[in-house]
Amino acid sequence: MDLLNQVKFLIRKEIMLEWRSKYALNGILLYVVSTVFVCYLAFREITSPPTWNALFWIIMLFASVNAITKSFIQESRGRQLYYYTITSAQAIIISKIIYNVFLMLLLSAIALGFYTLVFKNLLGDPLFYFFAVLLGSVSFASVFTMISGIASKANNAGGLMAILSFPVIIPLLVVLIKLSKNAMDGLDRSVSYDEIGVLIAINIIVITTSLLLFPYLWKD
Amino acid sequence: MNKNWWKILATVLVLYSIIAGFLFHVPAKPILNETIRNIHFHVPMWFAMIVMLTVSFVYSIRYLNSSNENDDLMAVESANVGIIFGILGLVTGAVWAKYTWGEAWSNDPKQNSAAIALLVYLAYLVLRNSLEEEQKRGRISAVYNIFAFPIMVVLLFILPRMTDSLHPGNGGNPGFNTKDMAPELRPVFYPAVLGWILISTWITTIRYRIRKVENRQNFIN
Repeated sequence: MDLLNQVKFLIRKEIMLEWRSKYALNGILLYVVSTVFVCYLAFREITSPPTWNALFWIIMLFASVNAITKSFIQESRGRQLYYYTITSAQAIIISKIIYNVFLMLLLSAIALGFYTLVFKNLLGDPLFYFFAVLLGSVSFASVFTMISGIASKANNAGGLMAILSFPVIIPLLVVLIKLSKNAMDGLDRSVSYDEIGVLIAINIIVITTSLLLFPYLWKD
Repeated sequence: MNKNWWKILATVLVLYSIIAGFLFHVPAKPILNETIRNIHFHVPMWFAMIVMLTVSFVYSIRYLNSSNENDDLMAVESANVGIIFGILGLVTGAVWAKYTWGEAWSNDPKQNSAAIALLVYLAYLVLRNSLEEEQKRGRISAVYNIFAFPIMVVLLFILPRMTDSLHPGNGGNPGFNTKDMAPELRPVFYPAVLGWILISTWITTIRYRIRKVENRQNFIN
């Protein structure tokens, strides 16, 4: 089987696994919604745009760490060994990244929708803000997938996940916050091209290094 | 003697930079005044850190290819020394910032980036501690090290250039081109950079040899 077919099969497997159990997906969605609600009850209303923006990204950060941590941990050693014998390592990491991108897109769309529902909407350029959020969820997915692979090999994977991923995601988060702030203030879109360029460049770097390194992580 | 000339050179250069850094004439600039002498101590720390972390990155790649335990030891020891120099860089920078910018922590993008870069490498050490088996520890921490390095490069060299910074030369090019630095400083500054890089290399090689001896003792016992 060539790489493309393998990837397609693995993604279908991921989605099917998720659909059959549903508890992980529902758990994550509930996590986002209740976090937003907790923030709503704590803040009541947010009038300053920077706070609105920062709070949204913090919620997204924690939700995505929670969502992606399980992508390697939930599978038993035996099953991983089985994948190891039938597919290539690249196919596994690519399929996991793509699946997590889908998951994050869904998650961020719901989070943004509910967030704008409970907090007064301060967006100057909603479409562009939504674009920034999509770009952010792709970046989160690509970084966290590899880190969760690394963390899953160690004891205490859950705690390690946060320690390992936060410093790595901060540069992306800084750029994302700036980009989304530009969108929020309704600045001209050409102002943000630099940020978009940097984000895409970081994503390309992260995905290539993941592809190169994952085989070493995988063989055990 | 043939092998040790660079250690003598390192000592001489650092001693020279300390003496000359404190005694030589410096240009009198507003705000900076005499604190400009700190440039001979603060900036070389970052050079040493970057060099050591690059060494760590290279040895991590070598470890993945060779599975030779010594490469792993070299990677972790150079990361350790890099972290020490990073902390020294932050401290010297904070002292300098206190006098010139008014606050020890001025929310400067480079300061923040440097602190985050240190967090990445401290996480690397935590990851190592949480893995028991040596082969696995070497491999997985090498993967993390290689994964984190390009992001650290973006963090230290690209992001600060995109925003305004209190550091010289930001919002454009770095502060090391010919017209930015006063000519009187250069005869001290460049030797200081070289000297500290050599000193950090020296410390790393000593730490590496200690670790190797310890490893052998553990193996015998």
